[in-house]
Amino acid sequence: MSTGIDHDVDRPQAPVVPLGTPCQIPPGAPSNVVPPPGEDLITVNFGPNHPSTHGVLRLIVTLDGEVVVGLDADIGYVHTGFEKNFEQKTYWKGIPYAPRMDYLGFFANELAYVGAVEQLIGLQVPPRAQWLRTLFAELNRIHSHLIYLGTSGIELGAMSLFFYCTRERDSVLDLFEMVTGVRMHDRYPQFGGVAEDLPKGFYAECKRFCREMPKHIDSYLDLTAENPIWKGRLQGIGTIPAETAIAMGLTGPNLRASGVPYDLRRNDPYLAYDQLDFDVVSAAEGDCYARYLCRTREMYESVRIIEQCLEGMPQGPVMADDRKYVLPPRAELQTSMESLIHHFKLVTEGFRTPAGQVYCAVESPRGEFGCYLVADGSPKPWRVHFRAPSFVSLEATAMCSVNRYIADMIAVVGSLDGVMGEADR
Amino acid sequence: MTANQLARAISSHVRGAVVSHSKGIDMPTVVVRSDKLLDVCRYLRDEQGKNFLSAVSAVDFLGYGENVSGYFGTERGRDLNATGTWGSPATVEAPAKRFCVTYHLAHVDADGAPPDRVRLQVFADDGEPVPSVVEIWPTADWHEREQYDLMGIVFSGHPNLKRLIMPSDWDGHPLRKDYPIGGEPVQFTDAE
Repeated sequence: MSTGIDHDVDRPQAPVVPLGTPCQIPPGAPSNVVPPPGEDLITVNFGPNHPSTHGVLRLIVTLDGEVVVGLDADIGYVHTGFEKNFEQKTYWKGIPYAPRMDYLGFFANELAYVGAVEQLIGLQVPPRAQWLRTLFAELNRIHSHLIYLGTSGIELGAMSLFFYCTRERDSVLDLFEMVTGVRMHDRYPQFGGVAEDLPKGFYAECKRFCREMPKHIDSYLDLTAENPIWKGRLQGIGTIPAETAIAMGLTGPNLRASGVPYDLRRNDPYLAYDQLDFDVVSAAEGDCYARYLCRTREMYESVRIIEQCLEGMPQGPVMADDRKYVLPPRAELQTSMESLIHHFKLVTEGFRTPAGQVYCAVESPRGEFGCYLVADGSPKPWRVHFRAPSFVSLEATAMCSVNRYIADMIAVVGSLDGVMGEADR
Repeated sequence: MTANQLARAISSHVRGAVVSHSKGIDMPTVVVRSDKLLDVCRYLRDEQGKNFLSAVSAVDFLGYGENVSGYFGTERGRDLNATGTWGSPATVEAPAKRFCVTYHLAHVDADGAPPDRVRLQVFADDGEPVPSVVEIWPTADWHEREQYDLMGIVFSGHPNLKRLIMPSDWDGHPLRKDYPIGGEPVQFTDAE
């Protein structure tokens, strides 16, 4: 088949920028690089179904030979109308929707939504529930970073790393299953606390996990950190300077890898983070390798936090004692008429909130995950909007990828760690 | 900084910009006039250190305060949330204009300071343009395209205002309250 391109002509392709060149925000639309006029440019649809695009991300790539000279990212292929759905549900019934957006960092989504509603109605969460939430938020962070490491490794051709990562991911999910009954999308945090206290045997299992996990992280680093192929594919690629990272709205490991140690757990502590001892992992280079190192090393810190949670968790109730917002304990329904009425009202009509607006942000594995909620005083939210860190990170794809080889674009997309379910909502 | 101080600081630099301000449940909230929005944003970024835009969110207030939440139906029999079955007594007042665009701003730095968030709001009628803040915070590019796509807010001065989430030939803006839920024609059928 003739493509109209004469492959025999020895034509020089566009020059590539040297490794480590800081990327610049493109003129015009910041998330879209318009290709320069030129001959023999090929525009390729990369995705939406491509093994290297982390889900259904479509990149409209303009190539000069092997070099990316123009890039426009297109999202929305898994748009499922989460925000519209929230408006049709009472507050309680919205909780199971939240974790299905970022299906890897699901716990942070629930925390943001539940936190926003709690802030709106002024519901106090008992200390033990705060610590439990912290524990599972960190377990979830490990889960998310493991998937990042595994899948971005596959995209670079490191097949075996994925199997090691999923092995440990399974043990994280086993811990989730022990407590919540399901492996993902757990609906564990609820308005006023968490669904249940820890079951028997969890402490020992979690302890064992904390003992073994650092060794596993060591082995990932042994496999990759000094591996010449790994370094060759990641070092100096997609270098984002600190100023640019802030202007482009990057948060989480993407921002910290650019030398800005900004972490909501430290800068704006929520849950029990102000009582815990942990380091904010950051790096100065801002390239794909720095982002990889940040995420991988963050897992050590998460293990540290989990250990402290297990040791220092206070005793006490795991649910607030406010029957106007919180479901009464099951046993009470047999004996108390009032509890039955409360239960009925909460399940059917839901609770009413004051009219107002709140924004609740948490540090999800991908960065600042925020929930903006507008209430009109009825049992359903008037409007819910999520600030999804993946959505923002993917804006930087074009800026990081241009003027390098197309293979480097794969490394960039992997290192920005977008989850399409969250970007599209 | 309290909402009072913030509003005073803004009005002293951009005269006549502040419409109202409130303490808010979570952060100081200032409503500004849309023709002064860019000046206020530039002041907040350059003088107040709000170098970080968290998100741009648009809200549709059609039917707000009319005992209805969720789908605000216009077609008889389609409204699952008819007046009187859900919702509270009308205690809230709908704003004078239908749409509200909210900017959540923060301070992000390597110095470990708290984000010190503020909320900036602009009200607009249907089709009334809101100035784009892309030149101030480049991250607003996709945020504004998303709100244009799903809520139909027109951001004047945006360099690339086209649909982002929905297909490019989609009719209507799904997050509006008068957008019907259910019964849309099926996309991509075999019959085509």
